Amino acid sequence: MKEINISQVTENVAKLCISSNIFVAEDIKKALERALEREDDKAKNIIESMLENAKQAEQYRIPLCQDTGMVAVFVELGQDVRIVGGSLENAINEGIRIGYEDGYLRKSVVKDPLRRENTKDNTPAVIHYTVVEGDTFKVTISPKGFGSENMSTLKMLMPSDGLEGIKKFVIKSIVEADSNPCPPIIVGLGIGGTMEKAAIMSKQALLREIGTKNEDEYWGKIEDELLEEINKTGIGPAGFGGRTTALAVHINTYPTHIAGLPVALNIGCHVTRHMAFEL
Amino acid sequence: MKEISTPLTDDIIKSLKVGETVYLTGSIYTARDAAHKRLCEMLEKGEPMPIQFEGQIVFYAGPSPTPPGAVIGSIGPTTAVRMDKYSPILIEKGLKAMIGKGIRGEEVKKAVIDHTGVYFAQPGGIAALMSKCVTSLEIVAFEDLGTEAIRKLTVEKMPLIVALDCYGGDVYNRQL
Repeated sequence: MKEINISQVTENVAKLCISSNIFVAEDIKKALERALEREDDKAKNIIESMLENAKQAEQYRIPLCQDTGMVAVFVELGQDVRIVGGSLENAINEGIRIGYEDGYLRKSVVKDPLRRENTKDNTPAVIHYTVVEGDTFKVTISPKGFGSENMSTLKMLMPSDGLEGIKKFVIKSIVEADSNPCPPIIVGLGIGGTMEKAAIMSKQALLREIGTKNEDEYWGKIEDELLEEINKTGIGPAGFGGRTTALAVHINTYPTHIAGLPVALNIGCHVTRHMAFEL
Repeated sequence: MKEISTPLTDDIIKSLKVGETVYLTGSIYTARDAAHKRLCEMLEKGEPMPIQFEGQIVFYAGPSPTPPGAVIGSIGPTTAVRMDKYSPILIEKGLKAMIGKGIRGEEVKKAVIDHTGVYFAQPGGIAALMSKCVTSLEIVAFEDLGTEAIRKLTVEKMPLIVALDCYGGDVYNRQL
């Protein structure tokens, strides 16, 4: 049986907390560069400043955004893997503690939703575990700022609402969010399952590489249609108007109940951060 | 390129038109959710303010920690609408300008018109770039709030977009 020591987990989580907050992912950079070609004036200047920001962050090794987020972690744990040396959950949180301290990243987590005392080390993370076959051990970390997380939403639609209902809900939510989630945004949609399944799928949808499509052609086409409609809203980069409100729409789906059509919308900002490691 | 400096006089504010980009040089204060809540609770109790707001600019921002050798970590605006509950109270006390991100409510718009104020917006998520406009930083109040403490910053040519002007103009009021 494959053994993984928790110290390796801590070390890698710490490292990726820092890198994911400093480096813009290549797929986002390319999508922003493509957006430059279809924008002019103010919108173009703003996208240029986003690309310049990426250069500065890289050069000075400082975070892309002051909001270095609360960290969501997705663990794929093979059933033939044994974790040794202590608690996996503690190891992940220890990695975050080290990464946020050593990387001069902002500590934005409060202990209690109403009493709001800062935990001062950006822990705890929100961890999702999936048990898979084999000896895979993959950890994806996704620090997410709350400018975009606050604009995310969920609605339990009725089956009769159909595709039209989904589109209406998505467009309405994005128009209401306006500039708050730092457009150009990445749109993650979780459709189907139960309430919590839809929510988790919508966040996982943000992890997919930009430029890839849902493997089901039916949903791939809906992703394209939605992207076009979102970009017609005219919100534009930073909300100052333009043709690029979203860089991508990613949909994840799951079977659902005869009575339901859950739709969760998780909005990612123009630096949507995620990095993964495998041991 | 339009440059403005603090203190922001009524004449300067009246010259600002919605949608235009200006470059700000001078002193500003950071304050976000927790500092606003505490300031307004202190006002309600009649306690003295830790800083005088007359003629000042507040930046809705909580920077990341300052690395060794730097003036400040990354800094950029947070969503301004969360401060809407508090802003009209501070504007009445003399606050002249706010820097943030996103749409404001009707009461803030009205306060900006009534008291000759201005709300500037900055794109979110370009905080590494904006940190280079900051030339000094000093924590002046609520140090226990960490990133949410009130900091006095000196900025040089920080680019801002006039989002609400004192004539009722609103940059986010697009024809959708």
